[in-house]
Amino acid sequence: MLKNEKLLKFLGKKIVRFIILLIFVILLSFILIDMSPINPVKTYIANLGVVSPEKIAILESYWGVNEPITTKMFNWLANIIHLDFGTSLIYRAPVLDVIKQKFVASLVLMLSSWIFSGVIGFLLGVVAGFKKDTIIDKAIKVYCYILQSAPTFWIALLFLMVFSVYLGWFPTGLGVPVGTLSENVSFWDWLQRLILPMITLSVVGIASITLFTRDKLIDVMNSDYFLFAKARGESGWNLIVRHGIRNVLLPAITLQFLGFSELFGGAVLVEQIFTYPGIGQAAVSAGLRSDVPLLLGIVIFSAIFVYCGNLIADVLYNFVDPRIREGEEDGG
Amino acid sequence: MDKLLDVENVSISFIQYTQGLNQRDLKVITDLTLDISEGEILAVLGSSGSGKSLLAHAIFGILPENANLNGKISYKGKELSQEDKEEIRGKDIVLVPQSVNFLDPLMKISDQAIGHTDSDEERKAKKAKQREIFEHYNLGPEVDEMYPFQLSGGMARRVLVSTALLSNPKLVVADEPTPGLDEKTVQETLNHFKHMKEDGIGVLLITHDIHAALEVADRIGIFYSGYVIEIALKEDFTGDGENLLHPYTKALYKALPANGFNLTKGHQPLHGEIPNGCPYYDRCEMRFDRCKDERPELLDLGNKKVRCFKYEEGA
Amino acid sequence: MADKSKDVSSIYSPIAKMNLRTKTLLTIGLTVFILVAVVITSLFINSADITTNFNAMNQAPSFEHLFGTDWMGRDMFTRTMKGLGLSVQIGAGASILSSVIAIILAFVGSINSKLDSFIAWLVDLFLSVPHILLIILISIGLGGGAFGVTMGVALTHWTSLTRILRAEIKQINTSEFVKLSQRFGKSKIWIAKKHILPLVITQIIVGTILIFPHAIMHEASVTFLGFGLSPHEPAIGIILSESMKYLATGNWWLALFPGLALLIIVLLFDIAGENIKKLLDPTSANE
Repeated sequence: MLKNEKLLKFLGKKIVRFIILLIFVILLSFILIDMSPINPVKTYIANLGVVSPEKIAILESYWGVNEPITTKMFNWLANIIHLDFGTSLIYRAPVLDVIKQKFVASLVLMLSSWIFSGVIGFLLGVVAGFKKDTIIDKAIKVYCYILQSAPTFWIALLFLMVFSVYLGWFPTGLGVPVGTLSENVSFWDWLQRLILPMITLSVVGIASITLFTRDKLIDVMNSDYFLFAKARGESGWNLIVRHGIRNVLLPAITLQFLGFSELFGGAVLVEQIFTYPGIGQAAVSAGLRSDVPLLLGIVIFSAIFVYCGNLIADVLYNFVDPRIREGEEDGG
Repeated sequence: MDKLLDVENVSISFIQYTQGLNQRDLKVITDLTLDISEGEILAVLGSSGSGKSLLAHAIFGILPENANLNGKISYKGKELSQEDKEEIRGKDIVLVPQSVNFLDPLMKISDQAIGHTDSDEERKAKKAKQREIFEHYNLGPEVDEMYPFQLSGGMARRVLVSTALLSNPKLVVADEPTPGLDEKTVQETLNHFKHMKEDGIGVLLITHDIHAALEVADRIGIFYSGYVIEIALKEDFTGDGENLLHPYTKALYKALPANGFNLTKGHQPLHGEIPNGCPYYDRCEMRFDRCKDERPELLDLGNKKVRCFKYEEGA
Repeated sequence: MADKSKDVSSIYSPIAKMNLRTKTLLTIGLTVFILVAVVITSLFINSADITTNFNAMNQAPSFEHLFGTDWMGRDMFTRTMKGLGLSVQIGAGASILSSVIAIILAFVGSINSKLDSFIAWLVDLFLSVPHILLIILISIGLGGGAFGVTMGVALTHWTSLTRILRAEIKQINTSEFVKLSQRFGKSKIWIAKKHILPLVITQIIVGTILIFPHAIMHEASVTFLGFGLSPHEPAIGIILSESMKYLATGNWWLALFPGLALLIIVLLFDIAGENIKKLLDPTSANE
C-alpha cells in the first residue's frame, strides 16, 4: 500500500513536470513555425482553397495572423488546451482524428519492431558477451557497428529494392494516395505491407541494444559477485542465466524504453520509403505541404509518445529493482 | 597433519596501458611460496591494495583475463590445472570474500547460498543443510528471503562464512574478512575461523590486520611489495621480536603500539617501481652491498622461511 | 612509420604482434587520411564537371563509370564524391557548433545549482521531441537550405556532450585541488580556466568527433525527406531520394553506392573517434 502511494506520488510529480515541458515544446515549435520566412501559416490558409472572405477571416483569427507573436502563441495554446488542434489541410479532417488513425497504424509498426529488435538484440548481446573475443562475438560486433553507421533510409531502400522489386515478395507501397483515409484496405493487405517496414525498423534497432547488453554482461562477468559465484562452483550457462542475464535484463529493458525517440525517427524514414500510412509519413507530408496544424499536432503527440517511454523506464528503474524498491519501503 | 595446499613460486602480472597507450608489464605478485596443512591457519599479511587478493583469485582460477599466472599451485600434492580448479572450487576449497559486494545484488540470500540445483530433491536437501548451518550461525529464516543490501555488517559476515561451509570444505580461503567491522564482529569472525581449525579445516587468511593475524594464525607470511619476505611462527611475535628474522618483520613488530610504536621511514615500493635487488633495500638497517642489485631467494629454514641474504649459509 | 620488413612471408605477423598503441595510431592515421582525401577530392570537383551526357544514360557500373551513371548520364562516382564532401562539411559545421553550445551550457551550469537544473531541464526539453521532427521544425523555421539543416542538426546534437561535461565538471569541482583554490580566493573563472578546461579538453575533442557521424546521418536523412538541401545540390540525401524513382526500373547502383559511401564515411568517423578516445583515456583500453 505504501508502495502504491509512493508510485502515485512519483507519477504525479513526473506528469506535472511533463506538462510544463510540453507547454514549452508547444511554444517552441510554434515560434519556429512562425518565424519561418516561408510563412507556412499563410501558405496553409491559401492552400486550403477557401474562397469566402468570411472563412478566411475565421481562420486568420484562429491563427491570429495579424496579431503579435505572443498573442498568437497563447491563442494557439488555449486552443490546444481545449483539445482544438485545428483542421488538417492534406486530409481535410480534424487534426485529432487524423493523428488518432495514423498513430494507431504507426504504433503497430513501431511496437512490433520494438519487441522484435529488443528480443533479438538482447539474445545477440548475451551470446556476444558470453563468447567475448571469439569469432561469434566479433561477427556480432561488426554487424552492429555497420548497422549503427548505416542510414536507416538507405537500409530501407535496399530492402525495398531486394525484397519488393527483385524478389517481388512484398508490394512496393500501399498505393493509397496520401490524403485519403485508408479504411477499406483489407487486414491481409495491410499485414503484408507491415512486414517489410517492420523488419527494416527492427534490423536498424538491434545494434544499440545488442552492444549495450554485451558490454553490460561483460561488466557483470567481471564483477565481484560474479567472481564469487564462480568461486562457489557455479559454471557455464547456468552461471550466466542465474547471475548474468538476471542482472542485465532490467537495464536492457530500461534502455529499450528510452529508445522511443529513435524508434519514432526511424519510423518517419521507413514509413516514407515504404509509403506506410502512419504518423511519420503524415509528419513529412505535413511539413512539406505546410499543413501547420497537423505538423504541430504530431510534434505534441510524438513528445507524449517519447515521454511515455521515459516514464516507464523511470518506473522500472525506481520500483522494480529490489535494492531501490525495498530500500524505499524501509525508508518509508 | 597432511598438507592441503602448496603454492610454489607463483607470480602474477598484468599488461597495462598508460597515457598514450604505452604498454607495460605490471608484476603484482612475485615468486610467492607458501603451504597450508589440515587444521592450520596461515595468515598472509600485507598492506591494503598490495594485490594479495589476487593470490586468492589465482587459487580459484578466477583471475581476470589480462592477468598472467606463473608457478605451481597444488592441492593435496596434485598440481591444479584451470580445469581442476573449476572442478574443486566451491567443493573442497571455498572462498570467504571481502564484503557483501560479492553477493549478487538481485538474488535472495538463500538462493545464492544453495547455488544451482538440477532437481527438486537436491534443492530440498541443500536448502535443509543451508538452514541448519545458517541457524548455527544465528541467522534466522527471515535472512533467507533478504537481498544482500538488507544485511547488516555482522549478518553479512556470518552469511559469507556459513555459505562457505555449506559444502564441507577442506580448505577455506578468507580474503580480508575483517575490515570495516566493529570490534565485536571482528572477534566473532575470528572465532569462526578458530572453530574451522578445530574441525580440521585448513584456513588461508589474507589480511592487512596484524592483530587479527596474530590472534588466530599458526604461521604468518609477510607480504612486501609483491614478495613474501618471511613466513614466521606466531610464537616469534613475542618479547622483543628477537626470533623474527627479516628486518622488515622486526620493524613491523616494533611499530605495534604495544611494542613502542617505532615507525620505519619510507614506504613500500609500488608495483612497477620495485628495484632490481631486495625490495626492502632502501629501508633496511642491515643491508649488504649485494642486496642492491641481487635479489635474495626465499630460504627454507625448516618450519620458517625468509628472503634475506643475512640467513644464507656462510653469510 | 611502420618498418618495412624484408621478410615478405611474415607480412601479416607484424600487424598481429603490434601493440595497441601502434595499432591505434595507425588506425587514426588511416581514417583521418581517407576522410581528408574525400574532402579534398570533392573540393576539386567542379559542379561543371558533372555534365549530363545523354549518350551514357542509366549505365550500370563499369571501369569507366565506377558507380554507373544516372538518367541524365551523369557519372555517379563524381556526384557521390561531391555529395560526401558536402556532407562532411555540413557535419563539421554542425558538430563544432554543437560542441560550442555544449561547452557554454556546461560551464553556465557549473556556476550555481539553479542554473545547473535549468541546463538539465533544457536537455530534457530538447530530448523530448524525436530528433528528426525537431530538425525538420528548425529547418522549416530557418527557411530550409544548407543553413537551416546545419542549424537544425547543431541545435539538436549538443545534449549528450553537455551531459558528459556537466558530470565531469561536477566531479572536478568537488576535488581537493579546486577546493584549495577556492580557499585561496581564486575566482570561478580562474578555476574554470586553470583547472577545469584542461581536464575536460579530452572529452570535448572526443565528443565533437563523435557528434560527426550522427550529424552527417541526420543531415542526409532530413535532406532525403526533402527538408534540407535544395534539389540542385549534389547531396547524398538528394541523390538517394532521386534514386527511389528509378528503383522499379532496376537501376540498383543509384541507391547502393552512394549509400554505401555514406556508411563508410560515418563508420570512419566512429572508428577515428573511438580510437582517439582510447589514446587519450587509457582506462578504456585496459579492459
